[in-house]
Amino acid sequence: MVEETPWGLRNVGVPHYEQFLHPVIKKNYGKWAYHEHVKPGVIKHVAESGDVLYTIRVGLPKYVSTQTVRELCDIADKYSQGYIKFTSRHSATFFATDEETVDKIIQEVESKGFPVGGTDHSLKSIINCVGWTHCHTAATDSPSIAKALYEALYDYFKSYDKLPERLKIAVSGCLNMCGATHASDIAIIGVHRKAPRVIDEDVKAFCSVPALVKICPKYAIRPKKGDPRSVEIDEEKCMYCGICYGECPGLPIHDPKNDGVSIWVGGKVPSTKKGPMNSRLVIPYLPNNPPHWPEVVDAVKKIVDFYVKYAEPDERLGETIERIGWEKFFKLTGIPFTDKHIDDYVFSYMEFRKGVTFKHT
Amino acid sequence: MSEEILKELEKGKWPSYVTEIRKAGYEGLLKVYGKALEDKMTHFIHGGMVGVKGYDAGVIGRMTDMPDVMKTSHLLRVIPPAGWFYTTEALRKICDIWDKYGSGVINFHGATANLQLVGIETEKIEDCFNELVKLGWDLGGSGPDFRTPAACLGPAYCEFAMIDTLDIYHEIVMSYIEDIHLPMHPYKFKVKISGCPNDCVAGAARADLAIIGTWRDNIKIDQEKLKEYPEEVIKMAVERCPTQCMKYENGKLEINDEECNKCMYCINLMPKALRVGDDRGATILIGARARGRIGSFLGWVLIPFMKLEKPYKELKDLMKKLLDWWDEVGNPKERIGETIYRIGMGKFLRDVGIEPVPQMIYRPRANPFWYYWPGEVE
Ligand code: SF4
Ligand code: SF4
Ligand code: SF4
Ligand code: SF4
Repeated sequence: MVEETPWGLRNVGVPHYEQFLHPVIKKNYGKWAYHEHVKPGVIKHVAESGDVLYTIRVGLPKYVSTQTVRELCDIADKYSQGYIKFTSRHSATFFATDEETVDKIIQEVESKGFPVGGTDHSLKSIINCVGWTHCHTAATDSPSIAKALYEALYDYFKSYDKLPERLKIAVSGCLNMCGATHASDIAIIGVHRKAPRVIDEDVKAFCSVPALVKICPKYAIRPKKGDPRSVEIDEEKCMYCGICYGECPGLPIHDPKNDGVSIWVGGKVPSTKKGPMNSRLVIPYLPNNPPHWPEVVDAVKKIVDFYVKYAEPDERLGETIERIGWEKFFKLTGIPFTDKHIDDYVFSYMEFRKGVTFKHT
Repeated sequence: MSEEILKELEKGKWPSYVTEIRKAGYEGLLKVYGKALEDKMTHFIHGGMVGVKGYDAGVIGRMTDMPDVMKTSHLLRVIPPAGWFYTTEALRKICDIWDKYGSGVINFHGATANLQLVGIETEKIEDCFNELVKLGWDLGGSGPDFRTPAACLGPAYCEFAMIDTLDIYHEIVMSYIEDIHLPMHPYKFKVKISGCPNDCVAGAARADLAIIGTWRDNIKIDQEKLKEYPEEVIKMAVERCPTQCMKYENGKLEINDEECNKCMYCINLMPKALRVGDDRGATILIGARARGRIGSFLGWVLIPFMKLEKPYKELKDLMKKLLDWWDEVGNPKERIGETIYRIGMGKFLRDVGIEPVPQMIYRPRANPFWYYWPGEVE
């Protein structure tokens, strides 16, 4: 409920969506017949009335300046009647009602450096968290990793028939996994590898010892012997999750030498076929190596090559691996299998193989 | 050195976020970020409590350990219109305000679904917000509160939409707006609304409550339009259908809808020929969380089917029931799925008065340890 307070309006909510809908959308709202992928980045939507709407998907960087927003607005004013939409994956959508306009939009946004693509069987826009550009818990830098992967996989964004199905990649700077990294085809997640350090003065000044003892999932934190207003950490129990640092600045976990990234594959969200799947660990650690991240790029390329080579048409990466078996995945990619890959946490039993059926590799 | 690394990130085919930060003239951020790349370590530290008067959420405090260069760089979460549809007029006005008070850097959109205005100093937050709010823009959720929901474009131009995602989003934002600004739950509560099982806003992976459009009656088959698809596509659908409920013989497709589990696969493959049925509503999943204390959860079935028509009373009643229960029994920092898991799905269902049905599980328990509740056994 909108409130007039001494300091101004509060709780106004959100402007009604109707005013932001393109006239063709408003007219055919809820009455669409079908869609077709006409070319990379362009979908043709046909309404039951026979009206046609083309949507043009434009890849944007993680951050956009107001100046760029105004330039995009200029294009939308010229061709999309002043309407523009954004997606949940850092891209923009322009609208057109005829193919000629579609081509003009593509030409104009691309001349400004923004690629059109990311529809149908393509690399979707890469979700990436803010990483080192804005976050205190980041173990790695998501935006520059995303940029490096875009450069390596650019053609898959720009095409729509070179991959067996869509490819969703997401990058999170730490285990908090902002962004859908735990259910992406390929996920890059920042990891720490050593227990936090304890800065007694800061713990005493800013943190609550009982809260810290409670928050650690491994019960690795206890009041410090002889100095109970600070804490000590049992390094053998600590699993480097960083949850305690998130709460308490006195427990810094950053370590430029040992922090890095892990790679996970095979997640998916839609309920199609066998339903949603979690991403699974395939590479526990690669070093932080900005700005071009060669180790990460190589690993991801290897995984994408595997996907292109072994997937059947219309299979998501995880579906391919589940069909041929993880033992085959490790064999075919040459990615080493280690003790880190075997779950030893709460739900681990479900992952152990029961029975005697598997492939000898 | 750090400037050289930044320059590297401005090269290449993909548009560069560093270039955008530069275009906005946000020198402080370039220096702090450049140093982070050089040191291979973030230079952001825990932010202080910042915000606007009357709210306890919506502004994310950010501070750096390089106060001489840039001390603070807070972030405003603005609730976007349903489905992230805008007019250029609205965007230009937001840009004008953001240039006046903030850094000129915007994130379309953050993982929280909000429009994120990135980089403002503490003293300017209040004035900036007061200009935004006059135009109808409000702050989104943060901390242990009802978060800004997310909705797919749904009926706007997707023929698969079986519920009015945009309207449901709008209705939820407007009815929970005070809750969005007041963190008072055990932890965050995220609602995501997808028009069909394709779940474009990833509710199944990321929402405490995922509302996903579905249907109960038969898939509509247009045998004529089917001919526009090559044989191998039709055969692929038949072969891959997870319930093996399709048959294709003599150029005719049949579906045994009794056996169909509404996975959407065949419809995605041949949208011209196959349409979802008319008895539409939503399946409601509960409990997803990316990284919980005990692992990650994907959402599981709470309500197999709910009709969703304005004013969405049944949905609102359900949300109230869930939040009341969770407020009572949830531990701090525990998402609702984790609370349910800790307490037990059976007890939870009993507490909130939802009938257990087999659609909630894959298979019944294989262990012999369960409880009886007071009154059940004499
Ligand atoms: S995933 Fe980690 S590094 Fe990235 S924004 Fe979230 S908390 Fe920060
Ligand atoms: S990093 Fe995680 S496991 Fe280690 S002490 Fe902190 S909370 Fe416990
Ligand atoms: S979730 Fe379904 S209805 Fe919504 S946009 Fe995606 S495909 Fe369309
Ligand atoms: S929706 Fe899924 S289960 Fe139903 S007929 Fe199509 S492919 Fe088979």
